[in-house]
Amino acid sequence: MELHALTVHELQDKLRAGEITAADLLASVYRRIEAVEDKVHAYITLMKESAQAQAAAADEALRRGEFRELTGIPIALKDIYCTRGVTTTCGSRILGNFVPPYDATVVEKLRAAGAVFTGKANMDEFAMGSSTETSWFGVTRNPWDLERIPGGSSGGSAAAVAADECIAALGSDTGGSIRQPAALCGVVGMKPTYGRVSRFGLVAFASSLDQIGPFTKDVEDCAILMNVIAGYDPRESTSVDIEVPDYRSFLDRGIAGLRIGIPKEYFIAGIDPEVRASVEAAIGVLEKGGARCVEISLPHTEYCLAVYYIIAPAEASSNLARYDGVKYGFRAPEGRDLLDMYKQSRSAGFGAEVKRRIIIGTYVLSSGYYDAYYKKASQVRALIRRDFDAAFQQCDVIATPTSPTAAFRIGERTDDPLQMYLSDILTISANLAGIPGLSVPCGFTENGLPIGLQFLASHFQEGLLIQTGAAYEKLADIRATVARYKQDKMKLL
Amino acid sequence: MEFEPVIGLEVHAQLLTASKIFCGCSTSFGASPNTHTCPVCLGMPGVLPVLNRKVVEFTIKMGLATNCRINRENSFARKNYFYPDLPKGYQISQYAYPLAEDGYVEVETQEGKKRIGIIRIHMEEDAGKLIHDEHLPASYVDLNRTGVPLMEIVSAPDIRSAEEAAAYLRRLHEILVYLEICDGNMEEGSFRCDANVSLRPRGQEEFGIRAELKNMNSFRNVQRALEYEIKRQQYVLEAGGEVIQETRLWDDAQGVTLPMRGKEEAHDYRYFPEPDLVTVAIDDDWVAGIRRTMPELPLEKRERFLREYGIPAYDAGVLTMSRALADYYEEVVRLCGQPKLASNWVMGDILRFLNEDKRDIKDCPIPAASLAEMIRLIEEGVISGKMAKEISEEMYRTGKGPKTIIEEKGLVQITDEGALIPVIEKILADNPSQLAQYREGKDKLFGFFVGQVMKATQGKANPRLINDLLKKML
Repeated sequence: MELHALTVHELQDKLRAGEITAADLLASVYRRIEAVEDKVHAYITLMKESAQAQAAAADEALRRGEFRELTGIPIALKDIYCTRGVTTTCGSRILGNFVPPYDATVVEKLRAAGAVFTGKANMDEFAMGSSTETSWFGVTRNPWDLERIPGGSSGGSAAAVAADECIAALGSDTGGSIRQPAALCGVVGMKPTYGRVSRFGLVAFASSLDQIGPFTKDVEDCAILMNVIAGYDPRESTSVDIEVPDYRSFLDRGIAGLRIGIPKEYFIAGIDPEVRASVEAAIGVLEKGGARCVEISLPHTEYCLAVYYIIAPAEASSNLARYDGVKYGFRAPEGRDLLDMYKQSRSAGFGAEVKRRIIIGTYVLSSGYYDAYYKKASQVRALIRRDFDAAFQQCDVIATPTSPTAAFRIGERTDDPLQMYLSDILTISANLAGIPGLSVPCGFTENGLPIGLQFLASHFQEGLLIQTGAAYEKLADIRATVARYKQDKMKLL
Repeated sequence: MEFEPVIGLEVHAQLLTASKIFCGCSTSFGASPNTHTCPVCLGMPGVLPVLNRKVVEFTIKMGLATNCRINRENSFARKNYFYPDLPKGYQISQYAYPLAEDGYVEVETQEGKKRIGIIRIHMEEDAGKLIHDEHLPASYVDLNRTGVPLMEIVSAPDIRSAEEAAAYLRRLHEILVYLEICDGNMEEGSFRCDANVSLRPRGQEEFGIRAELKNMNSFRNVQRALEYEIKRQQYVLEAGGEVIQETRLWDDAQGVTLPMRGKEEAHDYRYFPEPDLVTVAIDDDWVAGIRRTMPELPLEKRERFLREYGIPAYDAGVLTMSRALADYYEEVVRLCGQPKLASNWVMGDILRFLNEDKRDIKDCPIPAASLAEMIRLIEEGVISGKMAKEISEEMYRTGKGPKTIIEEKGLVQITDEGALIPVIEKILADNPSQLAQYREGKDKLFGFFVGQVMKATQGKANPRLINDLLKKML
């Protein structure tokens, strides 16, 4: 198999054994990018030159016998992480020319672990979207079917991993932006606990919901990346100073006796029958593997979407106020005075979806409406969190579909924001509650589109998710299924 | 109709921390524009605030000094508005849950002591500065001040005159400076004040419509602006008009308040809890620890000076104007044991010297020990008060001790009778007519003889001894 198609842990073995060099690996990945990127459009910015320098440095380190967690591994970064000296657009025209003078904490950590950065991956503008269609830089296509969306907002990262345009990638998840595209692209995606991974340097969308996580080809790679990026950061006040376990140590623990909660509110009308059948089959596999299923209830589930679409836009309306044309980024040249410059810069700099959310957010925070919207939503959010606290008294892990449907067609939902928002109905609750979630591939539709299975666990129980995900992957031999489908169905070349 | 003014003040005090409230940049004033900045205070995408612990400590100190309740859990909120000096588009402040609440300070008024309530004290960040080009249609932004920690102190509407307002401000200022948490410099803007003023018919409970006054950058201007505004509103009301709720700026040159130019935008700041910061939890030990390190406050010190040193209230007031001055005075008293004399010298010559040179007591070239020694030498009669004047000037000029100066100038007083009697005998012999007149009852001539003795001894004779001897010998 070509190097770009391998996993992090497989490549680590080869690099360590001296079978391949980091330069070989990067060359393989770049050959792949050059072959398929035109069709997929996973990247906004490619970083070939600096990647080559990083690969050379990795080879130098390997010759010295230094082997760090990600030495020589080509990784794609969602274009939402600040990267020193490299344009960071957040998928928006307003940051189209923004070159940060600093690195995000996760970027620093990846650098320190020896990673090679392939480029900055495409995304919905300011991470607002579920399809990567709101990017100023054009849509990313799903490698499994180029007429379909890859999911979003981290669609570029998911597509890059699925199309082997990188070995692993980082994304961010505010309402499902890692898990949903992971499901739709047939890769593994984790949203860690809020506070587990530092948000410093992540361009903010909704500060109380944003969390950074990995996209990988299997659960073992997810554990490897989590080992690198998790941990307390003194520059991030909401990051939590509790010990980070070795996530690899959870890989082989099995699921005998594990209690898997099945929330009845997540298996409702609107879930595609193929998705439902696939997820139910996966749950059957888990039971056969020794897990015990328990029916649970998350009674406030029906409010999640409404609460999310008050809190996230409220925070976004404030977070995005800094893009005013004064200091950096896009400034409309024709402003007559200050107010006019503001208006013109923001009118031209932001896309329709971002404007819609800024308007919603401004409205729900405004005087006279705050109590009815923002305050009420915050109260309901506390109830949603309480639902999960109660549920995790009865079970260890919750299993649900990741997305109600497989990948939809490009343009299918762009005119209907509500329909678009429903894509995240099964993932949003984890962000509201701050708990970790993992999406693993669990099958394919008849059309050959990937389906994702979501696991949720209590705060800081990422280890349990990796344990469950790895056990499922093995029991269902899902890697083999994905490889087979990839060979038969993914027609990129 | 008689009107009663109702005044509330909002004071912003810049805190004397070394670094900014949410990043590590320096807070020092006067650096080249935009040199004390980093991605955090520039509001770059993706940056996050981390609260400076010292800001919390300083605010707790002020809360304790003004008898406030320290809220064990308090938190930050965002105040959203667009302005080029505010790089994030919002100011991180405290809103629903301030650090300190429900306190008061006591001020002296014409009717005696009065308590002015303090509604709240909270922490927030300062904005940057705009510099407008006078020749081009352009403005420049300096973000050095962005993120400098501020404490906002909001008084209750308890103030009833411009004079009371000034007294309240002076009290706050004095406490802040005593606590060494604010340098109190009004010109550089480290102590700023806005005022809300309204009038109501005396006896009426309900408040009238208020105007907000800004741009008053000295105690005197606050008082003048309030006096003007009270008169203005009175005139409006007496003419049957209505006060408009608006922001007015004090124009120092014209001595008037004027409505702020431009359209009056009713701001909706859309406050909401700052999601990038966690709740500030303050435990009892922390507060107790801070309380232990609190210095004696000016009012307490003043009362103790009256009690312990028996000096006049006026003296106690002057000597406690600053902690350093009070410390200096107390050291002098401790070493010489003469509270009133020490007070006279410190308030007289020392402060005069310092004022002439615009120097702070901390930079006084005369150590407290030297001044104390000089006072002792006066008491012991070694030098006269007149000599002391000369010595203190010399001490201030050279920093030398009094004994060195006395030696160098040969200033020791003649206190030996044996040395003075021959001098007096000679003077009596040389001035027979004056002696005769004196003996005939012309008492005034006593001074003439004293003068002659002083002249003969170049002023070194102990005046008391001269008196005693002359009385005997005449």
